[in-house]
Amino acid sequence: MSTKAQPASAGDRPMIELRKVNKWYGDFHVLRDVDLTVYSGQKLVVCGPSGSGKSTMIRCINRLEEHQEGAIVVDGVELTNDLRNIEQVRREVGMVFQQFNLFPHLTVLENLTLAPIWVRKVPKKEAEESAMYFLERVRIPEQAAKYPGQLSGGQQQRVAIARSLCMKPKVMLFDEPTSALDPEMIKEVLDVMVELANEGMTMICVTHEMGFARTVADNILFMDKGEIVEQGPPATFFAAPKTDRLKTFLSQILGH
Amino acid sequence: MATIPQTPTVMRRPPMAGLGGSPALDWVRRNLFSTWINTAVTLLLAYLALRAIYGVVSWGLINAIWTVPLTATGTPDTKVCRELKGIGACWALISEKHRFIFFGTYPYEQHWRPLICIMLFLALYSVSAMRRFWNSNLIYIWIVGLTTIAILMWGGVFGLDYVENERWGGLVITLILATFGIAFAFPLAIALALGRRSKLPAISTFCVTYIELIRGVPLISVLFMASVMFPLFLPEGLTIDKLLRAQVGIILFTAAYLAEVIRGGLQALPNGQYEAADSLGLPYWQKIAFIILPQALRLVIPPMVNSFIGLFKDTSLVVIIGIFDLLNAAKTAIVDPAWQGFGVEAYVFVSIIYFVFCFAMSKYSQGLEQEFNKHQRR
Repeated sequence: MSTKAQPASAGDRPMIELRKVNKWYGDFHVLRDVDLTVYSGQKLVVCGPSGSGKSTMIRCINRLEEHQEGAIVVDGVELTNDLRNIEQVRREVGMVFQQFNLFPHLTVLENLTLAPIWVRKVPKKEAEESAMYFLERVRIPEQAAKYPGQLSGGQQQRVAIARSLCMKPKVMLFDEPTSALDPEMIKEVLDVMVELANEGMTMICVTHEMGFARTVADNILFMDKGEIVEQGPPATFFAAPKTDRLKTFLSQILGH
Repeated sequence: MATIPQTPTVMRRPPMAGLGGSPALDWVRRNLFSTWINTAVTLLLAYLALRAIYGVVSWGLINAIWTVPLTATGTPDTKVCRELKGIGACWALISEKHRFIFFGTYPYEQHWRPLICIMLFLALYSVSAMRRFWNSNLIYIWIVGLTTIAILMWGGVFGLDYVENERWGGLVITLILATFGIAFAFPLAIALALGRRSKLPAISTFCVTYIELIRGVPLISVLFMASVMFPLFLPEGLTIDKLLRAQVGIILFTAAYLAEVIRGGLQALPNGQYEAADSLGLPYWQKIAFIILPQALRLVIPPMVNSFIGLFKDTSLVVIIGIFDLLNAAKTAIVDPAWQGFGVEAYVFVSIIYFVFCFAMSKYSQGLEQEFNKHQRR
């Protein structure tokens, strides 16, 4: 059994709360009555077939997508159309994308220092020191002067993780972070994520990496067709799936 | 069964092409003379090219007349030129009229002023082209440069005689219209492109309407409206300078086209860039200034430079409102009875000047593209 930070007790205010969240793309009902609670320090892994709405759900948490019904509350701030709320939430929530989305016209160091300087108003020198610290945490300090186009996929994704960490967020969202990587680079990125988890970061991770889920997750969610079908700690999730849909999914994904 | 090498094999160079001749000869052999058809086409084109070059050189240089003597009354005697019409170019027209083509009807003794202005323009372009100077100082350099140009052209201060801008003309006017045109159309176009993509319906509707209206009419009619109709809407006694009206017309026109070019760049940028900037909490203007515009503008350097080159030459349409730019000064030069019929020389001369500026813009943009795409190469 690996070491994990203990989840906060149920008496604390949850870090992220989704209450009866519904979203439509036109007429297509993509999120149906999604209810979710994540406490500070908890690691949540979300899995499911493609089109199940898992990416849409976490993109709603930092308002990259808008929900039409229900409430999303992040660290006490409710996400509405109020721009100030949205910006406040985005400062505290970091996101790592499947396609890395680094800024190709800036060096790695500039990628990392841009947001702290202009959003958190950190002085340049301090931002650069912080950036170098996080680059060392993700084990690529020597790449600071390079451009993203000159790095491998695994290195780019680690830079993306460092870039989000430089904003000192309270929550990290991962949207299939290793799905676009060559197999030999997946491990280096997962190692960084495991370290992050062990230090107590609140994480929501959409991924197909079940090994990672087993190691790190406090809770695993299975989503299908826009709703949360089943959830539970890794022990029961993999060993004793209750619904047929999850059983089918697990047999497909764990089979090979 | 293939043997598996225990150590990596040594990297070899590719085999030398051709039969051992020099690489240049080899290229010629492969590309120009590889088949019978190729050889025949090469020889035909070479013959035509040589004939054309011979024709141009013999007309333009060898048989050309560079100066003509004056008659008893002091007017130029173009008999010699007329005898050689079609055989030799009459560059004497240029020697005689170049001041008019460059400076228009500017007073003769004050020609040093527009001359300095042309030099200043060229200096400003050269300095702005070098990336070394791309910092906040550049704005000051431009402000100082343009103010000096304004003072020199208008005069009235520092002991300089006042010259009203109705007397300006020629190359100076073309440079003024083009420089201010590009300088103001560019930020306006960025604002229009961003506005068109705005989520606020008032802003986006305004921008779309503006762009579609202006794009729907020729530049001539925009200039015409700016010059003739605009004053009708002004209160009694308030007039706006004709040159200013032309300048504003050119700015508004170019901005509409440029806005669509820039919008293309904004659309071509992957959505992930917008999302990454949003997820970091970057506010709208920081996102646009640091992430979106630097990338979007680099994507559309070719069509933007296209617009600028088009603008530079479109300045010649101000003839419709009676302003003498470079092209019209040349046209007027051959209305002179002594020089009638030498239109070819006048237009060739003006074309060379246009070509120099437009080609410089084109070459510069290629250099810009290469520089900006450095970060793409591993």
